[in-house]
Amino acid sequence: MLEYLLAFLIVAGGVFTFIGSLGLARLRDFYTRLHGPTKATTLGVGCILIASAAYFSRLQGEPSLHEVLVTLFLFITAPVSAHLLAKAALHLELPSLTPRPGERDAPQE
Amino acid sequence: MIDIALVIAFTLVGLAVAFTLYRLLRGPSAPDRILALDTLYVNTIALLVLLGIHLGSNIYFEAALLIALMGFVGTVALCKFLLRGDIIE
Repeated sequence: MLEYLLAFLIVAGGVFTFIGSLGLARLRDFYTRLHGPTKATTLGVGCILIASAAYFSRLQGEPSLHEVLVTLFLFITAPVSAHLLAKAALHLELPSLTPRPGERDAPQE
Repeated sequence: MIDIALVIAFTLVGLAVAFTLYRLLRGPSAPDRILALDTLYVNTIALLVLLGIHLGSNIYFEAALLIALMGFVGTVALCKFLLRGDIIE
């Protein structure tokens, strides 16, 4: 039973990682590209790390906590680096598919 | 069962690394390349953890943790350089 759950988690993690990088390669401007990997990749790596924690807990007969450390660190740092990247892109005024904040042509209401 | 899942996951994450490399080499602007490097280290963590499960070895988590730490520092330093033109002011 646990084996099926682990296999499912591993495949789900692989699929999420793949979709995140596919978004990075395929989407059309930087701001949409930022959306793909920062969400899907952390979710994918989260699934794989949970599977790994469960696998080694079963293998050793005691809870394995290394993975929780990696997961925690990734979940804390991913939003920070995404925020910094968005700030850098706005600073460099990269082209965007939609108008960026503060450069709308039509006045709002 | 887990072996088959591991092969599938290795293939998918390997393809993900290939897409990331494509964006790293192609990326029209500097933030695109930084984002590609950021995604690349996260994908590498996934590959290392999968390798750890495959070999049944516990050693690879320390490497994964180190990559996570250094990758984050690198991303922050590169973004800081783009924002301010300097890393340590």
